[in-house]
Amino acid sequence: MPRISHVGHTARWPRLFLHAAIAIICVAWSLPSLGLLISSFRPKNLIAISGWWEAFSTPFAFTLDNYAYVLSRGHMGLSFVNSLIIAIPSTVMPILIAAFAAYAFAWMRFPLKEPIFLVIVGLLVVPLQMTLIPILRLFNKFGLTGSFFGIWLAHTGYGLPFAIYLLRNFIQDLPGSILESAFLDGASHPQIFFSLIMPISVPAIASLAIFQFMWVWNDLLIALIYLGGKADVAPMTVTMSNMVNSYGGGWEYLTAAAFVSMALPMIVFFALQKYFVRGILAGSVKG
Amino acid sequence: MRMNTILLLAISVVAVPLLLSGYIFLSERLLGKRAGRRGTRLRALFWLAPALFLIVVFLVYPIATTLLLSIKDASSQSYVGAKNYIHIFTDRNMLIVLRNNLLWLLFFTLATLTLGLLIALLADRVKYEAAAKALIFLPMAISFVAAGIIWRFMYDFQPAGMKQIGTVNALLTAIAPGFQPKAWLFDTGTNNGALIVVGVWMWTGFAMVILSAGLKGIPVELLEAARIDGANEFQILRRITLPLLAPTTTVVATTLIINVLKVFDVVYVMTNGNLGTEVIANRMYKEMFNYHNFGRASAIAVVLLVVIVPVMVLNVKRFRQGGSNA
Repeated sequence: MPRISHVGHTARWPRLFLHAAIAIICVAWSLPSLGLLISSFRPKNLIAISGWWEAFSTPFAFTLDNYAYVLSRGHMGLSFVNSLIIAIPSTVMPILIAAFAAYAFAWMRFPLKEPIFLVIVGLLVVPLQMTLIPILRLFNKFGLTGSFFGIWLAHTGYGLPFAIYLLRNFIQDLPGSILESAFLDGASHPQIFFSLIMPISVPAIASLAIFQFMWVWNDLLIALIYLGGKADVAPMTVTMSNMVNSYGGGWEYLTAAAFVSMALPMIVFFALQKYFVRGILAGSVKG
Repeated sequence: MRMNTILLLAISVVAVPLLLSGYIFLSERLLGKRAGRRGTRLRALFWLAPALFLIVVFLVYPIATTLLLSIKDASSQSYVGAKNYIHIFTDRNMLIVLRNNLLWLLFFTLATLTLGLLIALLADRVKYEAAAKALIFLPMAISFVAAGIIWRFMYDFQPAGMKQIGTVNALLTAIAPGFQPKAWLFDTGTNNGALIVVGVWMWTGFAMVILSAGLKGIPVELLEAARIDGANEFQILRRITLPLLAPTTTVVATTLIINVLKVFDVVYVMTNGNLGTEVIANRMYKEMFNYHNFGRASAIAVVLLVVIVPVMVLNVKRFRQGGSNA
């Protein structure tokens, strides 16, 4: 059976024009990243005197020196590890804590359930700017500024409303009969949660995890403020923005650094495209 | 690699989940077989406590404090009434900031929506739709900082007569005779536009994916019927497709607006708000860290919140109407 389409059988658009338009848009959208990728492998002296589109003509020269430099002396190696140290717990913590709360909202009875949940829905879009000054003061008081622990807590707190909202909607829509039969078999709430609810929720958790991880991985503002500009704990976004200030037109380093930071998100994107798109779409409302 | 960072990572990935799970099992053990309403309520409290605690500490308490700080002076010592707010709406530099946010709001939102819709409509008609859409969506995966570097390189400027290594200037010099290379990020006539282009490049994929999903939801029979009745593709687009896409478009526009109001990274990396490109979020950062004026910084944050409140109210309303499926 032919695929039912939104297009008329006698396509009234000249097909050639259609293909050309899409091709032009796709090329325009990819050129910036392509230029970056190619330039990051070009030697310093050539980047400065010829365009990246001339890389394959004369003189033909590519190098890994830029990567070697930014990873070691440019601190991008250390920052890559820092980004991981910041992003992994900042993803695991809010999801687990939110899952507990979501389970309670979906399957337990307690007073003020509706109002509390409405507050959480309201908090979804609150601009983080509203929290920066008081939290920074709190962190200074408890010596959490510039520590990984502090930024984990901050990302967890900021990520919770959205995570609770998403997981609660998912868990609530699960058929109640599976829970009842588990209860009749004598299972406790923790047993049901860990052996039944969590495994069923994997699709929702996967989208949420990808969204939260990418959000933290790509975040600049929170890291800039709560890590206090310390180089030894800086994630890649902070290190890169410092490089922009100090190297200005040192394109051989900037392009390599940018690509190092993009590598992981791009792998996630191509490997888990379905969950990735779902997560980004669902999470785009977050404050 | 330092040994203690690996250790730290291991602890956080293994120990934190173990600790949290242990907490839940322990609470169940404490409750024992306590049945009845008290037991049920206590259990719910245990399950909610970590989340509620963090939400209060990181969102509720700071929001209340910031509201208070916004009517205090630079060092939060004494109350100054509406002074900080008056400054926001009268100071010359602040007015430029507000103007820039308005420019972003208008042009970013319109361009992203239009391009997203256009690409969704075009891609719907070809077999390689998925691949084309993946290419457009890809920028959503990278950070604004990396995008800032990519586009600084795109906009690179050398004086006229010299070899242009920035794609934009090189392309325009090649195809438009007599074109004088421009310093896109420094020229006050073009720099805001140049920054907005970066935002559009990143977010068009988002608008495209959602609008494309809306497009697929339009019943094919409806379009077929219109075609049989002799409607041409443009009439169908204007009379059927666009009206039916209106609710989806509203959702996309709302999301774009929430996000564009808070734009920070791209301006921070590309111009640092210099030469008339500053936006609200960057101004707040400067008031905080460069001028240590916490009153003004807080007031700026509150203005941002006030603009977003309608969306907040709408979300809550929609949720109450839709019940569990909001």
